[in-house]
Amino acid sequence: MKHLAAAAFVAGALALPGLALAADYSIMAPAGPGGGWDQTARAMQEAMTAEGISGNVQVINVPGAGGTIGLAQFAQEANGDPSRLIVGGYVMVGAILTNKSPVTLDAVTPIARLTGEFEVIVVPAASDIKTLADLVTKLKADPGAVSWAGGSAGGTDHITAGLLAKTVGVDPKLVNYVAFSGGGEALAAVLGSQTTVGISGYGEFQAQVEAGALRVLGVSAPERIAVVDAPTFKEGGVDLSVMNWRMVAAGPGLSAEQVAAITADVQKMAESASWKKTLETKGWMNTWLAGDDFKAQLAKEIAATEAVLKDIGLVQ
Amino acid sequence: MDTFALLMQGLSVAAQPINLLYALVGVTLGTAVGVLPGIGPATTVALLLPVTYKLDPAGSLIMFAGIYYGGMYGGSTTSILLNTPGESASIVTALEGNKMAKAGRGGPALATAAIGSFVAGLIATIALAFLAPWVVKFALAFGPREYFALMVLAFVTVSAAFGDSTLRGLVSLFIGLTLGIVGIDLQTGQARMSFGIPDLLDGVEVTTLAVAMFAIGETLFVAAQGKRAPETVEPVRGSLWMNASDWARSWKPWLRGTIIGFPIGAMPAGGAEIGTFFSYAAEKKLSKHPEEFGNGAIEGVAGPEAANNASAAGTLVPLLTLGLPTSATAAIMLAGFQQYGLQPGPLLFTSNPQLVWGLIASLLIANLMLIVLNLPLIGLWVRLLTIPKPWLYAGILLFATLGTIGANPSVFELGMLLVFGLLGYGLRLFHFPIAPVVVGLILGPMAEQQLRRALAISQGDFGVLFTSPISATLLALAALALVVPLVLRIRGRGQLLAQIASDAD
Repeated sequence: MKHLAAAAFVAGALALPGLALAADYSIMAPAGPGGGWDQTARAMQEAMTAEGISGNVQVINVPGAGGTIGLAQFAQEANGDPSRLIVGGYVMVGAILTNKSPVTLDAVTPIARLTGEFEVIVVPAASDIKTLADLVTKLKADPGAVSWAGGSAGGTDHITAGLLAKTVGVDPKLVNYVAFSGGGEALAAVLGSQTTVGISGYGEFQAQVEAGALRVLGVSAPERIAVVDAPTFKEGGVDLSVMNWRMVAAGPGLSAEQVAAITADVQKMAESASWKKTLETKGWMNTWLAGDDFKAQLAKEIAATEAVLKDIGLVQ
Repeated sequence: MDTFALLMQGLSVAAQPINLLYALVGVTLGTAVGVLPGIGPATTVALLLPVTYKLDPAGSLIMFAGIYYGGMYGGSTTSILLNTPGESASIVTALEGNKMAKAGRGGPALATAAIGSFVAGLIATIALAFLAPWVVKFALAFGPREYFALMVLAFVTVSAAFGDSTLRGLVSLFIGLTLGIVGIDLQTGQARMSFGIPDLLDGVEVTTLAVAMFAIGETLFVAAQGKRAPETVEPVRGSLWMNASDWARSWKPWLRGTIIGFPIGAMPAGGAEIGTFFSYAAEKKLSKHPEEFGNGAIEGVAGPEAANNASAAGTLVPLLTLGLPTSATAAIMLAGFQQYGLQPGPLLFTSNPQLVWGLIASLLIANLMLIVLNLPLIGLWVRLLTIPKPWLYAGILLFATLGTIGANPSVFELGMLLVFGLLGYGLRLFHFPIAPVVVGLILGPMAEQQLRRALAISQGDFGVLFTSPISATLLALAALALVVPLVLRIRGRGQLLAQIASDAD
């Protein structure tokens, strides 16, 4: 009842006078309110409504298990329904593998990659590790002595740490990765010097880096990016780049025309002024990639992720 | 003096009529979502984010803060009157509060909860304004080993506080610990005891278990007794308002609850419910009427409710000073800040002082509005209990079911609610305490994760648990709490313990 009341309040406040709009959309965020996927879904909702792409966009939260619970529900419910969308990302790729999820991304129709964020490795300002090369030296000498604070096991942070070890010739199984639950617990652990380094998306650490409490050792981008004043992994002597991307997908069983129509709507949204403004205020990077290019890229990443998760020992 | 001047400036921002209106909308909405099941403050703020995009930053953040505080107020109402805790932080309130309500003392229970929340909110918000930089340093000193030691202390003190039979209490606790194992293990990403059921991958939801154990279990118990039920619900006995003895027994728990709740709320991995557990255990230890605990002791409502609200203010310490959200609502408020291009963190206090101090000032105003809004409503709320028993319990059943469905629309979740309800009924039938099951589910996974993190960092060396001064102190306290009563009992000086307890305050 309350849900209805709140929804009516929101709908009422958003209702723009005299608009007759195209298709209604319902976007599933396979995570709880507040996280990255939820924010992406709500930003899409806002942009699609503001641009007149759709008159009625709903966001549904189905949290749990790295998005695999929402994905399973979505694949079943959205079959052949062109009004349903789901937000997802790289974390889901890892979660599907580690959870042995019976429903994979093959069960949905990927539409487009929307945004992305690079990973950074940070140390407290007082740490004796000054550069990525220092870290690599330490890691090679005694992998267990370097503890990494990051998000849940098998997530992007863990995968990046594993890939980094593999790239410099250290067995990823030996990486002493300490998983913290979301909400900045990993940040607190690094700030309190509880672990040697912290690894996560730059957004998590940004405020502390700008305040000088944390030092960035390296960024997982292929080239230097504007927001972070720090060398890339490659500049630090580690030939590796990783991006934590977010995407939107539609249900299975859609015709080619339906997929084209959805893609057109999403593209219109992604090119709109309000979406660009959102990217700017949230500090998200535009990583638009759609169609067959996106599908090929996705297949490549799934294969690479499976390989590193096997190396780490999370997937048999 | 500088801080004081900034706070005054903040009050002048928050006292602008339009911002007062936002605060009023916030606290009203917050109280409503706190009372109604299935939709918490986090969801409400998330729903309102797109709307507030058009408002100015100060106004919308003031509204969010109102929702946040309001939700804490509203949550206690259903716990006390209907034994249906809508969030993990009000589980402890249900223990004594509902017993009081059934004995016709629902009015004083609601009043001590409301006034305790006000007192705690007031003190904690002022502490937020003046002590934030120091509190956050203390909170950051807590790493995995310190948290583990804190959890051990919680286990020892809390399990001693529930029920009379240690053995029965431990049995209940272990049921909770077992349920806590279910789901994906954070450290390895592997599923445990989920039996291939996707709904179990994220473990057992605390509120589902609490509502099932408390509300459904009790409804079944009452229904099974039929007309033989000796318990009669008295809507009002004596004054609706708190009497002199209630005040005398409440003010110290309010203050103690605040002192316990605020720093725990400020800890990134603390959690509001941990503070309520400690407060309950402390009040039972210190009470002059320990025999009333379990039968409606007012201290058991006053302390935990104060701790709950103080920790809500505590949560804002890491959010404002570090940009660290430590609760779901704080995470969404962070998203709210970012929506305006503001990055909470060490620089926010210097880059946007009006906003920060406006927010802190509006918390003070929201707190005042809440008590003005809630005290007159108490008379109305207790009328709920005049509803004939069959209707009342049918209503509770409906309320509990709606709440579960609202929070997680899944048939499986509803099935769990019923199964745990039956379990709660069984435990009641054989006189096992209910609360330790829920406590085990909350504390077990926390203790396990923190211990494993500590050992991963030390590469398996258990010695680190004792080399940090904080964790060594906490573990020593836990050992004392465990050993002293045993020694005293063995020496046949149980009366000495009672003496210490009565002298302690």
